[in-house]
Amino acid sequence: MKIKISTKPIYYSSLIVLLLLGLTIHTTIVLPQRDHLTPQIIKGKMVWEEHNCIGCHTLLGEGAYFAPELSNVYERRGGSQGGIYFIKAWLKAMPTNIPGRRQMPQFNLTEDELNALIAFLKWTSEINTFSWPPSEKG
Amino acid sequence: MLYPSQAVAKPYFITAIALFAVQVLFGLIIGIQYVMINIPFITFATAKLIHTNLLIIWLLFGFMGAAYYIIPEESEQELYNSKLAVLLFWVFLALTIITTLGYLLLPYATFAKITGNQFFPTMGREYLEQPTIIKLGLFAVLCGFSYNIAMTILHGRKTMINLLLLVGIVGSTIVFVFAFYNPSNLVLAKYYRWWLLHFWLEGTWELIMEAILAYIIFKITGDRAIVEKWLYIIVAVTLTTSVLGIGHHYYWIGVPEYWQWVGTIFSVFELLPFFFMVLFVFNVVNCTKCQYSNNAVKLWALSTPIMAFLGAGVLGFLHTLAPVNYYSHGTQITSAHAHLAFYSTYVMIVLTMVSYAMPILRDHKVINHGISQKLEILAFWLMTVSMSLMALFIAIAGIMQIYVQRATEIALPFIEIQNSMVVMFWLREIGGVVFFIGVIIYITNFFMVKKKYGTR
Repeated sequence: MKIKISTKPIYYSSLIVLLLLGLTIHTTIVLPQRDHLTPQIIKGKMVWEEHNCIGCHTLLGEGAYFAPELSNVYERRGGSQGGIYFIKAWLKAMPTNIPGRRQMPQFNLTEDELNALIAFLKWTSEINTFSWPPSEKG
Repeated sequence: MLYPSQAVAKPYFITAIALFAVQVLFGLIIGIQYVMINIPFITFATAKLIHTNLLIIWLLFGFMGAAYYIIPEESEQELYNSKLAVLLFWVFLALTIITTLGYLLLPYATFAKITGNQFFPTMGREYLEQPTIIKLGLFAVLCGFSYNIAMTILHGRKTMINLLLLVGIVGSTIVFVFAFYNPSNLVLAKYYRWWLLHFWLEGTWELIMEAILAYIIFKITGDRAIVEKWLYIIVAVTLTTSVLGIGHHYYWIGVPEYWQWVGTIFSVFELLPFFFMVLFVFNVVNCTKCQYSNNAVKLWALSTPIMAFLGAGVLGFLHTLAPVNYYSHGTQITSAHAHLAFYSTYVMIVLTMVSYAMPILRDHKVINHGISQKLEILAFWLMTVSMSLMALFIAIAGIMQIYVQRATEIALPFIEIQNSMVVMFWLREIGGVVFFIGVIIYITNFFMVKKKYGTR
């Protein structure tokens, strides 16, 4: 059997790759104009990453499903009315050692790291996600 | 075995299978932690880290073994540099062991500190948790591997199968560069993380999988022309649908809204390559002339497209549309899809390849001893059925989760939501135990029975 090789798929997929590049350039240009990063937020992201938080939690729905979604935790825990204090107290109180309940480790974060992490979570809660997550609980 | 340098594949396959068992064992640990039993000495995050990282690593070992086996035969040429292949094997294995021990013995933050993550932060992102130096090592291994394969093909015969494998391998190596790009804007960091993960799992790896499947089907039927005709269609559809299918990861991470349209439209068609693969194997294998006697290989090769169609295709399609994904994103639904998709597409294709190549590599025979064949087929059924049921249980848990967490006016607290799904988590763990029994039978057979009866 002789195979007829047409170049059409190559042509179409090149078009699609170009479209992807175009959309990527647009997305990359639009985003930094919307989001204002401070050194504290950048440090907070590093605290988030270096403690492998996505090993249990999700952030914007990505990560593990063992512990609650945290992209909206700042608002969930009171926003400007107390989000900072709640999250700080929570992190310091871990682990709860309540039997039969999932345990979060104690990370011994410094005051500086805690503030950075919370600044990062506050910034994350302000990302325009088209009202995702659907509920306050994530 | 036609070319002595194909033997390089052997340690790769053996390591892949051994790491597979370890990966599943850590899966069992996470499963237990899900039903609220705290295990001393290991946190959920660590066990999960090893479970997902080892999966990627052993599949890579499997792909490398497959390539080192297939390429010389297809190129009618000894491997360009089989010493390099052996060297890279030891480097890759050392990297794997160091990383896994680092995860196990050190707190993650300490591991990040001593590997200098603060100077070049790339850690702490899902699937990309490895220290930056380890990522560099991995990249070097991938580069050496690509070089070796490319040079072999360059000097030898070019077929559609080996060229496709080359595109998949070189493509995987190129997109791995995005592992090193971690912008401080979380949205962009997530955006480019998917350039690696999506283009591996739904792009270049899919091409590698299609090439291996085509090779096996060619070996079963002996008819290259018809295999190449189908391969051509499948690859064309894969390339045109999966590139912009990346949009389905971008719905809720903070990028512009048009991604919801792009992702929804293109990922509908991501089902097609798997559909064509099913048509392919059933059209081609149904021939009367074929006198291929390794039934285990036939079983693996025929089941892979069907299971991939269900796990990667259908289960993926069910939650890929933006309005559905709004409710399912970040729930157990994703986990259900990930389990069945990884198993059906990549685990099964590697095990197909191992099943085909190992008897030849070991004893220069096409087929294992009868008992060995039967045990492998038993392991196949145990693993495939239990994984399908596991995916079903996790999917049911996901539907329950959406119902109590997202579709109600006032959602329950997180822990109560999780408690409401505990029956499904138990069933999933039982499924995991059955799967592990399948793995044990497979491994015992792989490492022992074949040695005993293999060389008659």
